[in-house]
Amino acid sequence: MTKAVVELRGCTRDYGAVRAVDALDLTVYEGEFLSLLGPSGCGKTTTLNLIAGFVPPTAGRIVIDGEDVTARPAHLRGLGVVFQSYALFPHLSIRENVAFGLRERRLPAAEIDRRVGEALELVRLERAGRQRPSELSGGMQQRVALARALVYRPRVLLLDEPLAALDKKLRESMRDELRGIQRTVGITTIFVTHDQAEALGLSDRIAVMNAGRIEQLGAPREIYAHPRTRFVADFIGASTVLRGRALAVDRVAVAGAQLRVAGVTLSAGTDVELAIRPERVRLASAPGDNVVDAHVDGLVYQGAQTELTARLADGQRVLVFVTEPSPVPLAAGHAVRLQLPADAFMLLGS
Amino acid sequence: MLRAAVVAMLLFMTLPTVVVLAVSFNPTAILSFPPSGFSLRWYENVVTYPQFQRAALNSVVVTAGAVLLALPVGTLAALALERGRLRARNVWASVLLSPLVVPGVAAGLGFLMLAAALGLLRSRALLIAAHVALVLPFVVRSVWVSVRNLDPALERAAASLGATPWRTFRRVTLPLLRPGLFAALLFAIVVSLNEFVVSLFISNRVTEILPVAMFTYVVNYTDPTIAALSSLFIVATFVVVWLADRYLDLGRVFLQH
Repeated sequence: MTKAVVELRGCTRDYGAVRAVDALDLTVYEGEFLSLLGPSGCGKTTTLNLIAGFVPPTAGRIVIDGEDVTARPAHLRGLGVVFQSYALFPHLSIRENVAFGLRERRLPAAEIDRRVGEALELVRLERAGRQRPSELSGGMQQRVALARALVYRPRVLLLDEPLAALDKKLRESMRDELRGIQRTVGITTIFVTHDQAEALGLSDRIAVMNAGRIEQLGAPREIYAHPRTRFVADFIGASTVLRGRALAVDRVAVAGAQLRVAGVTLSAGTDVELAIRPERVRLASAPGDNVVDAHVDGLVYQGAQTELTARLADGQRVLVFVTEPSPVPLAAGHAVRLQLPADAFMLLGS
Repeated sequence: MLRAAVVAMLLFMTLPTVVVLAVSFNPTAILSFPPSGFSLRWYENVVTYPQFQRAALNSVVVTAGAVLLALPVGTLAALALERGRLRARNVWASVLLSPLVVPGVAAGLGFLMLAAALGLLRSRALLIAAHVALVLPFVVRSVWVSVRNLDPALERAAASLGATPWRTFRRVTLPLLRPGLFAALLFAIVVSLNEFVVSLFISNRVTEILPVAMFTYVVNYTDPTIAALSSLFIVATFVVVWLADRYLDLGRVFLQH
């Protein structure tokens, strides 16, 4: 049974009339990489700030290693934080930046020197010690920020959208490096991001947040394959939401066609919303099981795939990712046949 | 064309200074320009004149006192204005910066009446207090600019690394405020040393600072002694500003404003 390192119990944070975090319950376990994922304003950064102690909760408790730290100020919580802007001290050298936390802990100079060296090696910046932050690139600054937060072996590592300011290629390589470092060090990590691809690639578990609450918490595969709400289905990956009427526990009528569904149980006679991932929809050359007729509405070429928007007989739109080269010729306005596999449907709650 | 205009303007601005400097070396007891010869007798007169000696000491004491008080007060005020989430922030800012817009004579009269009511006339403490008030707007303004440029995330970072609020202030905030503090120090010294109007109202022969002593002298005697003292003032100010430019790129400091 893995140990709970961080617990938020009923945490609420108000800013005047705005409720940024709403009665949040969250447990983070030893050694795991947990992402707080959501759009701007969903409360993920505020949650991080509550854990770090930068803001007090309006209500609720924050527990670290079984101790209630709600009233404890930030400088006594023993956590490591990497900020979106890196927040490196511009008037100090890289080594002095990394040594900052160790100096506050009154470690002997020789020990500080040794640990700073180790930390810089971990992030592959051994030779940048004497430089100032302004002399380094964004990616290097980010690595320094990471080294600075890890050097004193904090209990938990908190990262606030650390990759947001980097360009795409750099973001991807940093993402891999970050994961590698986290696994090497084994530190419990809480990662805030709005980038669902990042969250899917890095996390052991993802907490999808919306309007101050956690809509779904689970492993990346679980969340992607079985989104519980429309919000989660929309936010993680792309999806089409189809409205139809359930005919039986495993049959639904959509756009005049009868489709079989597997893996979900429907209530006959009810209106249902089913989501389907665009990469699961196939182009069919002939009518068949779970095949519907549609017309091509829009085509967006993306190199490895084409994003096809098709319109069904009842006007509903379906998003399809067609791997290039396409098995069937595509042109706007043309008729196409879409095969919607029975096990690709996800039943949505709210 | 623009160059010529700039040169002309600079000449116009520096000409009074040049005249004063030239007149100070005039061997005869007249304020005439151009000077008829070269003599240092007026400089000798300046350093041996007891009233000037006393006034110089007063200037040093008052300016030092005002600066020592205004810098911490102004810094704390700037931090409070920028970070303190005060509800009447604009009111406080206006009050702190008001000495800039109040006419010197009105301020002088006000201080005089206040001093009389408090029984504080004829005291250097009163002068220092008045100078603090007059110098504070400059300190607050200079430091405020630096505070505004200070990323609040830096202080959070320091806290997350284990630094107490005091340690954060000492190791992070203060060093980063240095440009603003230095500009504030400069402004404070120059403004206080040159302060005339208010000081004229609230000082007497014993407590008067140098600019007031110079005025008193000129009213009674019109010889180049005053030119010599003025020249010393000019040179001293020039040295202070030049040193500041060397230590801290003044171009950058003033561009922030």
